[in-house]
Amino acid sequence: MTLITPTAPTTIAPVTRPARSGHHHWSGVLASEWTKMRSVRSTTWSLVVMFVLSIGIGILATATEASRWAHASVADRILFDPTSLSLTGLLFGQLCIGVLGVIVMSSEYGTGTIRATLAAVPNRPMILAAKAAVFTALALVVGEVISFLSFYIGQGFLSGSAPQATFGQPGVLRAVIGGGLYIAVLGLFAMGLATVIRHTAGAITAFATVLLILPLISQALPSSINDVIARYLPANIGVVMMTVHSGFRSDAPMFSPWTGFAVLFGYAAVAMVLGGWLMARRDA
Amino acid sequence: MIEARGLTKRYGDTVAVDDLSFEVHAGQVTGFLGPNGSGKSTTMRMIMGLDRPNAGETRVNGVNYHDLSWPLRDVGALLEAKAIHPGRSAFNHLWALAQTNGITKARVHEVLDIVGLSNVAKKRAGKFSLGMGQRLGIAGALLGDPGVLLFDEPTNGLDPEGIRWVRNLLKDLAAEGRTVFVSSHLMSEMALTAEHLVVIGRGRLIAEMAVCDFIAQSSRQFVRVRTRQGELLTRELQATGATVVPEEDGGLAVTGVPAAEIGVVASSHGVILEELSPQAASLEEAFMELTHDSVEYGASEPSDRDRLIPAGK
Repeated sequence: MTLITPTAPTTIAPVTRPARSGHHHWSGVLASEWTKMRSVRSTTWSLVVMFVLSIGIGILATATEASRWAHASVADRILFDPTSLSLTGLLFGQLCIGVLGVIVMSSEYGTGTIRATLAAVPNRPMILAAKAAVFTALALVVGEVISFLSFYIGQGFLSGSAPQATFGQPGVLRAVIGGGLYIAVLGLFAMGLATVIRHTAGAITAFATVLLILPLISQALPSSINDVIARYLPANIGVVMMTVHSGFRSDAPMFSPWTGFAVLFGYAAVAMVLGGWLMARRDA
Repeated sequence: MIEARGLTKRYGDTVAVDDLSFEVHAGQVTGFLGPNGSGKSTTMRMIMGLDRPNAGETRVNGVNYHDLSWPLRDVGALLEAKAIHPGRSAFNHLWALAQTNGITKARVHEVLDIVGLSNVAKKRAGKFSLGMGQRLGIAGALLGDPGVLLFDEPTNGLDPEGIRWVRNLLKDLAAEGRTVFVSSHLMSEMALTAEHLVVIGRGRLIAEMAVCDFIAQSSRQFVRVRTRQGELLTRELQATGATVVPEEDGGLAVTGVPAAEIGVVASSHGVILEELSPQAASLEEAFMELTHDSVEYGASEPSDRDRLIPAGK
């Protein structure tokens, strides 16, 4: 460790009273949140892991399908959705974006930096909105890049052996764009949970419960109940958004892709508004 | 200038801050003194708009903290050591704060230089020692070149060199006309740094006065004399109007006459002195006496409180 030599505090500029002009500018607060996000390794690593896992799993899924297409049953061939198959990796990527969405918020509380942040910007809804905007934009870019790359790479692996999807076919572009949108809004939902819960472990547990455990519980319930609630589960909404064939793979009725997206967006909005409401009232 | 009026903060049944009112003025270091758990940190967080008081209000430069346009340019605070993401560099930590208040990169480098962290500015703060964390916190407080500064136990974790540096920094900041409010649970530290005191115990105001008044009011000044002819000297000193109290270890505590006078009296009666030393009861003792009623986690029951008073009082 480098030796620290104290410097005499003689270089402090004389006190100047700044003019009271305006309030915080959004540009500064957004830039600050971007600085915070890009300057910790957890962001980079979460995204690298997400990228590698998602694309790798997409390659595995499409390559496997290509190799066994010749032996596939008629039913399998009728239901085959090359778009959805190439986006399989995003089902794993959704965990990474959820964890990142939680950490971006909960690390402020875990490390105590939230107090420095709120001292600098006492307008709490503004801080929360800026953080949400920067994170959602980042998640959207990363989600769309992964979704489109997975699609192109996946169709490449399918070519020659199995049917391929092209953007000219109905619903394909919607499903590929939908993959990135799903990732972005799911991440925002995770961030909202973390704003409410404020602890990393608790928020990740809540997120994983909603995403992974609720579908298992739902499936174990009588189908009369499952038929009602399955469509509301975020993971099912994600599958529908990334699927071209409607009704594909689902036993219970589902929302249409855009209705599902609106419902998911509603979850994220409720979590963020509740988090913001609590944040404005709780002691930091 | 910082003002608190009727400030009250409750956590469930516990009253952390109880109807606290005080003022902190510019141009001097004001010590915020109280035993651990007396509500100093809670009060500072309420001034910074972080915790919401149950009653009362605080103002900085006449306005509520939430109404400051660019808070960092008006108020800087070091509230806790190492309140920084361990994976973020010192520079990026400060730069993120600077961006929200329209502060330049040049100023970030300037404050890093002031606290002596320039050469580790790019290193991850997780590797920092507690002392370096404190320096980084102080850099954050200075970032906006604010006229009002709050420091919560700034010397915690610092080596003697660092403690002296903080003392000088606080004095220099006050000398430049700024309002400097610094908390401590050590009276001795405040005696060296502060000119004014706000003393609290159990969340209540105990005293608000100049340090010199506190010292004059609290300290017992006496001269310790040691001799084998104690009886003779006691008699002769009492004849001059001095008060002489025998101490447990055989010494004499003399008040009412200066040390030089005692030497003259002893010499004129052939008394051989083994010790002649002016004493002042420590400020720490005075402080403990002042706050012993309000120590939250005292070692003894209130009925037993004499034990909390240091020996010799």
